[in-house]
Amino acid sequence: MQSINRHYNILDFAIASLLRRKGKNLALLTIYTLIVALIASLIFFVQALKREAAALLQDAPDIVVQRLMAGRQDLIGLENIDRIAAIRGVSEVTPRRWGYYYDPVFGANYTVMADAKLAPQAGMATVGLGVAKNQRIGPGDIFTLTAADNSLILLNLEKALPFESELLAADMILLNPADFGKLFAFPANAATDLAVTVANPREMVTIANKIVETVPGSRPIMKSEIIRTYDAIFDWRGGMMLLVLAAALLSFVIFAWDKATGLSAEERRETGILKSIGWETGDILLLKFWEGTAISLTAFLTGVIMAYIHVFFFSAPLFAAALKGWAVLYPAFHLKPFIDPYQLSTLFFLTVLPYTAATILPSWLAASADADSAMRS
Amino acid sequence: MIQHPAVIALLSSATIISLMVFYAAYYGYKIITGWDLQSGSEQQLMLERRTYLISTVIGYAMAFQLISLFLLIYTADTLHPLFTGAMCAAGSLGANSFGYPLLLLKVANAVFAGIWLLINRLDSKGYDYPLIRSKYRLLIILTLLLVVETWLQYRYFLNLKADLITSCCGSLFSSSSRGIAGELAALPAKPMMVLFSGASLALLASYSYSIVKARGWYLFAAASLFFFITASAALISFIALYFYELPSHHCPFCILQGEYNHIGYLLYACLLGGVVAGGGVGAAEKFRKCGSLQEIIPGFQRRAATVGMLFNGTFIVVVLARIFTTSFRL
Repeated sequence: MQSINRHYNILDFAIASLLRRKGKNLALLTIYTLIVALIASLIFFVQALKREAAALLQDAPDIVVQRLMAGRQDLIGLENIDRIAAIRGVSEVTPRRWGYYYDPVFGANYTVMADAKLAPQAGMATVGLGVAKNQRIGPGDIFTLTAADNSLILLNLEKALPFESELLAADMILLNPADFGKLFAFPANAATDLAVTVANPREMVTIANKIVETVPGSRPIMKSEIIRTYDAIFDWRGGMMLLVLAAALLSFVIFAWDKATGLSAEERRETGILKSIGWETGDILLLKFWEGTAISLTAFLTGVIMAYIHVFFFSAPLFAAALKGWAVLYPAFHLKPFIDPYQLSTLFFLTVLPYTAATILPSWLAASADADSAMRS
Repeated sequence: MIQHPAVIALLSSATIISLMVFYAAYYGYKIITGWDLQSGSEQQLMLERRTYLISTVIGYAMAFQLISLFLLIYTADTLHPLFTGAMCAAGSLGANSFGYPLLLLKVANAVFAGIWLLINRLDSKGYDYPLIRSKYRLLIILTLLLVVETWLQYRYFLNLKADLITSCCGSLFSSSSRGIAGELAALPAKPMMVLFSGASLALLASYSYSIVKARGWYLFAAASLFFFITASAALISFIALYFYELPSHHCPFCILQGEYNHIGYLLYACLLGGVVAGGGVGAAEKFRKCGSLQEIIPGFQRRAATVGMLFNGTFIVVVLARIFTTSFRL
């Protein structure tokens, strides 16, 4: 109890002494908070993007089979469907026909996909919200796409896809297979790729291997590989940004070191007085510890709250361009707030640890000065 | 190398901690060679002041070191989707040959550092710096171990390569390169149960004996160490099974996850606390005859042993509570 009281009293004194030097400490605190907020935003944002990507990819096909031709992706023949479906463990093989369409008028790239369910008749189309906004069309309107032979295809907009699908389908146009074939002069007996559903996820690797054997020149891509690649890309982008921010971090550490070393005459006198009334070096070090803790904790918590607002309320405008990727029809989406102790401890190691390490030596220098020399100077 | 923010945090913090400890060890060396309490020279005065700095530096470094142990495990766990066949931290750590040595060294260093802090605390109680040379000799060894750990950590992370989709092939190489075994070899459950019970009883017996008779502290330290090793092995062998309620899942890392209420943190903290306290008791016994500490050490040992027993006791109670409340039976 006595030892808790000692800590409590010294903490009390530390906060009072911080408040006495408002100007100097406020400058330090502001920069510290900004650094924490910057790095926290980065960590939260990368994590939230990864979660978002993983959640979306949960609905991706188990295996996508592409065909390679001279090292480039090529159309895959429909005759392969039966061969793949014959592999034991494969429960479904669906051909997917899709491509990109560049709209020179609006300067945007659309993803066009053949879908007999959402566009059951020729001339019908369903589009993503981004496309609808970009073309300024609504349900019931007519719009045109230029086909491969330069003729125009007239399309009736049936409906726009709901907002929930925004992240995946903002730039999507779904056409009847007949229109799709006409638009791209797409061969009838081929597909862009095949989506394979596997009953037991543990058999995925074996089945992928068999697909390579039965369909020479094919490239099966498993869902786990796509998730893994996205993870690595977001990590890599986050890491790159962090290395860029390392310069800011380093200058902050130098700033903190400088602030801690450059003791004012008043501070030196204070140490001298404390020592002459019976404080020991250990007590003054404890005082410095509590001062540092108060500053770090304030900066850390404020910074985390600022980052939270920046990332989850405003979708991280500072980093979005560098981390998300870019497109004309970029989906508008809000990230789901998510913070865990892991992110916070990473943040702690990146900010509080360097700060603390930089201030130990100056605190000790201040604490170990002799009472008389400190007061006299 | 994987440029995950946490990996950068771990590498940079390991570097900073190493530098801090290295700095402290440098002055520790000066103290070993130049310490003379009888002298009133300027150098002696300077060294006496430095002891405060060293204690502070090591105190911070060790606190960071302990957190970084858990951050490492958590990071390894987060990275597992990047490796074919890895299911959790067990797989990521096995992704190259540096992972497990790194983890073991990190645990050993955490224990060693904890014991060093206890010795330091003991030393600060005596007015004549009775343990000063011994503790700084230990500090130099600890520094070397920490530097090796930092080196291992760099080797581990720099050699990690994610299995990504390349332009030439998708899953082709993932199946040709062998998946990482996600399971650790486990000792058979029944003998381990007997051994674990034996270690618990031995610990309790040696604690009671030492408290009543005020001797046998080396025995208590040995019993603590034995309990630590046995309990760690038992955790993999059968305790984990009760937490997962799966007869084949031996992973020592998954119990850190939210699915199991992060109970692993409590268990590992208890194990570490227990072995550090036990080791501190043993170390104190070595210095029993040192001048000003003669009065202090018996009380210190009783307190440390009791704290150690509380840690280990909590571990045992939590484990038993789980074993008897879950419907899972081996």
